[in-house]
Amino acid sequence: MSALAEAAPAAGPMLPQPFRVRRRRRETSDTWTLTLEPLAGDGLEPAPGQFTMVYAFGVGEIAISVSGADRGLLTHTVRAVGAVSGAISAARTGTVLGVRGPFGNSWPLAEAAGADVVVVAGGVGLAPLRTSVQWLERARTDYGEVTLLYGGRTPADLLYRRELDQLARRGKVSLRVTVDAATRGWEGTVGVVPKLVGGARFDPGSAVALVCGPEIMMRFSAEALIERGVAPERIYVSMERNMQCGVGHCGHCQLGPTLICRDGPVYGYDVAAPLMEVREL
Amino acid sequence: MSTVADLLRDAPFFTGLRRDWVELVAGCGSNVHFKAGELIFREGDTADLFYLLRHGSVALEAYAPTSGQLVIETIDAGEMLGWSWLFPPYRWHFDAHATTVVRATAFDGACLRGKCDADPALGYELTARFAQTLIERLQWTRLRLLDVYGNVGAR
Repeated sequence: MSALAEAAPAAGPMLPQPFRVRRRRRETSDTWTLTLEPLAGDGLEPAPGQFTMVYAFGVGEIAISVSGADRGLLTHTVRAVGAVSGAISAARTGTVLGVRGPFGNSWPLAEAAGADVVVVAGGVGLAPLRTSVQWLERARTDYGEVTLLYGGRTPADLLYRRELDQLARRGKVSLRVTVDAATRGWEGTVGVVPKLVGGARFDPGSAVALVCGPEIMMRFSAEALIERGVAPERIYVSMERNMQCGVGHCGHCQLGPTLICRDGPVYGYDVAAPLMEVREL
Repeated sequence: MSTVADLLRDAPFFTGLRRDWVELVAGCGSNVHFKAGELIFREGDTADLFYLLRHGSVALEAYAPTSGQLVIETIDAGEMLGWSWLFPPYRWHFDAHATTVVRATAFDGACLRGKCDADPALGYELTARFAQTLIERLQWTRLRLLDVYGNVGAR
């Protein structure tokens, strides 16, 4: 057992635990899904919507939403946009990464039981919602209408294509996928994802909405949901800022009166909307 | 069997429209049906109709010599298709193909323009409703122009 693995059981929230990349799957031209296994212990049990801090040794650490957790294995979908995310997404099978967490709160799936649920995802924003969609499909009879509205830049930028096809075939979750720009061969919907809200089936009076994606997309989606009659406090968004410690100590992810790593990343839109409107934040 | 007026009363676009105006507008409409892949209108042709989609989906397309047919946007059930009938020179700016079986109500643009000229209050009401649709499409288009899925950070 390596020294890192030996250190893992006593790890506090600031000490990365070693995880090995077991699988690496390409999603798009710049986005990869990594399945990680712990070198020691039983692994993590993150709730849908939580994130971990993933450390590429010698490069740096970033917050990444959990996109899967199953029997100790941890799944992260990472888009390579900088040095750290580039190093993590390039990690080959067998590479050891450091993981801290899980951190943050989760999507209110238990609270939404009995209600219609509308999941609105844009781009890599589907990753933090993937476990929620899996949950909703597994516990399908606990909910009313369950709808996933997913938008991407182009067909080539859509995540989890095979899973989405399978989800559509099983038919338990109503799925609508749209792209901002179609390419040859795309026969689906073309337009922004908030536009799909208007045609989705749900009871606005009781539905709960889970929204994740670029902040502008979340704002437009929330406004479309409100226009349909969904109350802001039943619309949940996942916020993203510069998270460094993950435990509410460093203050880097402060957004007005809240620390996203500690109080979020999931907020009711009644709380998030005023914060989104402050330009300095 | 539902009349055109009945169908209009169920459509969000016509919600709250005075009953006599619904009857007037319905007088310019007829129910139509398109097979999947069927051309609904072609760029440059005279735009003398517009459509309220009741079922199915339509792709608005433009032709580019190097890329072929490009889908600009898809229009779904419940939405209005076409506004080139509203303004001169009354020519379609894009092609429209049914991507699925489509059931729609087609409206004669000249007929409706005549009724709007005869009753400016009706004309104002319909123009305001079309303006709302235009604004929504403009806002969605602006959102697409922002390329919100581009690089959002560099960590």
